[in-house]
Amino acid sequence: MNFDLNKKKLTDINKYLQNIDRKSNVRKFKIENPSGHHAICAGLKDDIDVTINGHTGYYCAGMNQKASVTVNGNVGTGVAENMMSGKVFVKGNASQSAGATGHGGNLVIEGDASSRCGISMKGINIIVKGSVGHMSAFMAQKGNLIIFGDADEDLGDSIYEAKIFVKGKVKSLGADCVEKKMDEKSINELKKIFKELNISENPQNFKRYGSARKLYNFKIDNAGAY
Amino acid sequence: MCGIVGIYLKTKKYEKSLGKFLSGMLDNMATRGPDSAGFAIYTKENKNNFKYSICLNNLSEQDFRKKISKYFKKIKLIRYSDHIIMETKDKPQEVIKVINEKIKEVSIVGYGKSINIFKQTGNPKDVVKKFKLSSFSGTHGIGHTRMATESAITTEGSHPYSTAEDECLVHNGSLSNHNNVRRDLIKKGQEFKSENDTEVAAGYISNKISEGNNLKNTLTSSLKNLDGFYTFIAGTKDGFALLRDEIACKPAVVAETKDYVAVASEFQAMAHLPNVNSAKIFEPKPGVVYNW
Repeated sequence: MNFDLNKKKLTDINKYLQNIDRKSNVRKFKIENPSGHHAICAGLKDDIDVTINGHTGYYCAGMNQKASVTVNGNVGTGVAENMMSGKVFVKGNASQSAGATGHGGNLVIEGDASSRCGISMKGINIIVKGSVGHMSAFMAQKGNLIIFGDADEDLGDSIYEAKIFVKGKVKSLGADCVEKKMDEKSINELKKIFKELNISENPQNFKRYGSARKLYNFKIDNAGAY
Repeated sequence: MCGIVGIYLKTKKYEKSLGKFLSGMLDNMATRGPDSAGFAIYTKENKNNFKYSICLNNLSEQDFRKKISKYFKKIKLIRYSDHIIMETKDKPQEVIKVINEKIKEVSIVGYGKSINIFKQTGNPKDVVKKFKLSSFSGTHGIGHTRMATESAITTEGSHPYSTAEDECLVHNGSLSNHNNVRRDLIKKGQEFKSENDTEVAAGYISNKISEGNNLKNTLTSSLKNLDGFYTFIAGTKDGFALLRDEIACKPAVVAETKDYVAVASEFQAMAHLPNVNSAKIFEPKPGVVYNW
């Protein structure tokens, strides 16, 4: 089924996609002329497949559950923010805070993601085939941020238990973020993610970063870091 | 919030459509700034004449003509709603002095050999209509839609701010050290008309340029000297430059084709531009000056 945002209101399209008739066999949808509108495909909760042809605005596919959303273009701030499950594919670049607070599912960005990618992520897998901007994975709690390109300043600042994998260069690590050994468990985890998403990439090419766990509880020795 | 937009034409192809493009961009940014709007549109430089963009406030066009004719003989006035573009050979020093001292009812919004500048309170959709922005042709233009935060909703509080010949600035964000910077600039002879933080940034840029710095170096130095959140678009008669502060909380997106470069707070501001879907679209990096 095709929707055209030049002809139909965004709220009507979203409402339709958010309330799919579960008896219906129509599971594939296309949205034309997104023209940078905000919150396209926000709050989907069924196992459907949506392709958006063009560039979107803020919070595209936010809060997604189960659905697979593909954007043939760039996305604005907060793509797939607070995603619970499902898949979001971005064929272009993403603006800041991509995958912010995401609990689960996979977000794949073919281009670059700018500042604060994966901020406060809570279990989502974010794969960025380009580079990420500064303060990415800030306060990230759980999940994997996998970067094929480079990372800008302060990667993983105040990170909890999320894992960061970077193939390129890291400009600088944030407070309490350190390089860790690329152990077998991490290699297998990456293999599994790549296999699921049909990505042919060798996990051995990545370096792993994570929390030094020195900021978890306040210690007087760390006062200088605040 | 606030929305900022800019478009620079790399070729002559769309010169006649510049006003229409900019008008659509401001229209689409009305949601980010419904309180007031303004724009500067740069037309081909007229080597002999100066253009003064004047807000009449409550003075009628006739009364203004009567008053200004006492001091300057050869003038051409074109009225756009409550603004007037005055063309004359008379130099800024004299004209500004006369208007500021003798015709206090009006205010000069900007002046130069290429710039036309308009700003007013009200919804951006209405503001662009009343100044007939769509009818303008030109080489580049910048605009602003304002959601007032740190000073009142007035014409003086609206952007763009023009603090020197053919220069202007639009700003999304807020500055925290503007009072200190304003005091320093006043000591150096810079004049300010409002309490607004952006006017201080515009004054800072004009001051640096008057000291012989180019626009790129000037903006780079503002990373050190202007504290706060900002995305700036600074216009001159040759083009414009874009800068985001190093934290980069305020958005910006750039779309470049072989014919134009467009900058805006959000992509939806430029969704109506020709061939934008095949443009090179990117987010400008924090703390990096881009100029065209």
